[in-house]
Amino acid sequence: MSVGAPKIPVRVAQVVQVNDLIKRFRFVRRDGGVMPSFSGGAHVVVEMDIQGVRRLNPYSLMSDPADRTGYEISVRRDDAGRGGSLHLHNAVVVGDDMMISPPVNLFALDLRARKHLMIAGGIGITPYLAQMAQLSSQRGTFELHYAARNAGLCAYGSDLVARYGRAARLYFDDLGQSMDLPRLLANQPLGTHLYVCGPKPMIAWVLGAARAAGWPDGAVHSEEFLAPPPGKVFNVTLAASGKTVSVGTHQSLLEAIEAAGVDAPYLCRGGACGECETRVLACDGRLMHNDHWLTDAQKAAGVSMMPCVSRFEGASLVLDR
Amino acid sequence: MGKEFNDETFRGDFTFRNSPTAIARFPFPFPEDSYMYSVNMEPHVAGATGSVFQHMFDVDEHYVSEMRDRAMVLRDDPLRCQSLPHMELAGWDLLELIMENFARDYPQWFSLTRDGDRWHWINRPLGIDQTFTFLDTSTLPYGPMEYITRQAQGDFTLQDQRDNDLWMEAGMVTTQADWSLDFDIGMRFHEWHAPVPMAHEMGVFDRALKFLLNLQLGAPVRRFNWTLTVDPLLDTSPETYPVWGPTRASLTPDTVGARMHLRVELQTLIRLPRSNAMVFPIRCYLIRFDELITVPKWGRRLHRVLRDIPDALAVYKGFARNRDMMVHYLQQVDDGAATSSGFAKD
Repeated sequence: MSVGAPKIPVRVAQVVQVNDLIKRFRFVRRDGGVMPSFSGGAHVVVEMDIQGVRRLNPYSLMSDPADRTGYEISVRRDDAGRGGSLHLHNAVVVGDDMMISPPVNLFALDLRARKHLMIAGGIGITPYLAQMAQLSSQRGTFELHYAARNAGLCAYGSDLVARYGRAARLYFDDLGQSMDLPRLLANQPLGTHLYVCGPKPMIAWVLGAARAAGWPDGAVHSEEFLAPPPGKVFNVTLAASGKTVSVGTHQSLLEAIEAAGVDAPYLCRGGACGECETRVLACDGRLMHNDHWLTDAQKAAGVSMMPCVSRFEGASLVLDR
Repeated sequence: MGKEFNDETFRGDFTFRNSPTAIARFPFPFPEDSYMYSVNMEPHVAGATGSVFQHMFDVDEHYVSEMRDRAMVLRDDPLRCQSLPHMELAGWDLLELIMENFARDYPQWFSLTRDGDRWHWINRPLGIDQTFTFLDTSTLPYGPMEYITRQAQGDFTLQDQRDNDLWMEAGMVTTQADWSLDFDIGMRFHEWHAPVPMAHEMGVFDRALKFLLNLQLGAPVRRFNWTLTVDPLLDTSPETYPVWGPTRASLTPDTVGARMHLRVELQTLIRLPRSNAMVFPIRCYLIRFDELITVPKWGRRLHRVLRDIPDALAVYKGFARNRDMMVHYLQQVDDGAATSSGFAKD
């Protein structure tokens, strides 16, 4: 990648089956050194070689930021996904050597907050685990509301209740428990910041409720990593490199560009950070924008796109890369 | 004070001098014979041995005297150092960054020993021996940012990152080129850059902000800025303008070489790990004109830059009044010979 710090060579030190869907991985540095400190909410990009195909997936760091001996991530197995999580679940074992990026934070705590109100759904719990550890060591005030399908799939739920008491509330779908979000939002002290991380419908629900309740946008924070969606095979011409590449059904445009040996910038690989924004020089067809970065007006204008998650259908596409 | 550090002043009798070694390593900021704003950022990676880029933070022969000058500025005006409450964690990040780098790069002067959160810091040039608890401000004589920046050359500002913007919300600013932390604190990126002429229209700040928001941990960048200062005054602040402003009217053709200084800022931008904030160290280097022209390429090039610079920049940088006098002085060392492209000496 053309921006950035050197990757961190790590070894898998521990793999724990947390529940039916989630495995936890602990990485330590191969050279025995300490990891960089990080801020709660940060993620790393994990590099995988899946039968000769290079895949890079972002995962939130869940370990205590004060622990510099290693990093931990939790990975939910996605049987219908593109294979990154399945690879981690099925092929990665203790002792394996891997490469990870330095931490990047696109879901940082707003440290001005008098109180942090955190809403989590399913695997969306992971960034909060690090944030709560960080806040509790600094005597910050927070309150977590965490929804899962059932107790068995509520990863770390009972640990959180044991550690944080009433600051961690759990909701199980199978018991018909749901958050009374309007009431929750109505009863917060001035200076509270709201965070949501979870499945797309939950993010939309929380953002909508916050807006309806009059919360300022600057006090509401969300994070959703998009997986690159599959689609039809298409060709793209890279004008600056003088190459034409084919993008496979389960491949992202960014991955296809990289596979062709072209060094393209990226950070999150999930449509959120804006780093991979690429100019569209010619487009005869339809750009399928899947990112959170470009505004609706920019998407409609079609002069740039985010190759980490967006695709194309049509006759020809030329990019400035 | 050991022989590796000068005993000198940046006020009053102005005994500041650069040794031949300091002149040889001076960061001359112009890669070509003209100057215009640009997003001139490059990776802040280790440079040649002995250069100001050798280490993340440069500690040079002026260290002890600069720290003494900073203490005097703070004694007279404590508002030169401010930190909004939510920036304390970023202050600890900065303290850790400076202590780790100083102790590793200058072990003859600094040492850091850690036993869990119990840290022991020794600063031999300044005679400091401090044991404290990391992240516990009550164990230090000042807040973490103030504590460590009283021991590090250059100004420092800390930017919080939120709402897709950078907010200047803490800083130690005593060696500034006529700007005020007290005025700028709390501003966002475009607000504190508002007075800069021409660059906004060129889109420089939009591009720079976009770049900086994605600045990565472990991948710092640097750029140069520069201006010109009469007498080796580190503290050219708006707060003290009545003291130093009028001195610009006392320059004469006979004193240009001895009183006029090129003032170069080596600015770095570093992502901080625990707070996700960004530190902006602004390190000021001064060189007298008669020191500068001992390097022929620098004399030629500075002459051409000052002769051709747009008026708006000369006004903004505060040297329009003395520009003709400086150009005349430098003209005498510009034989018209071609200069090589880039920073290397001819």
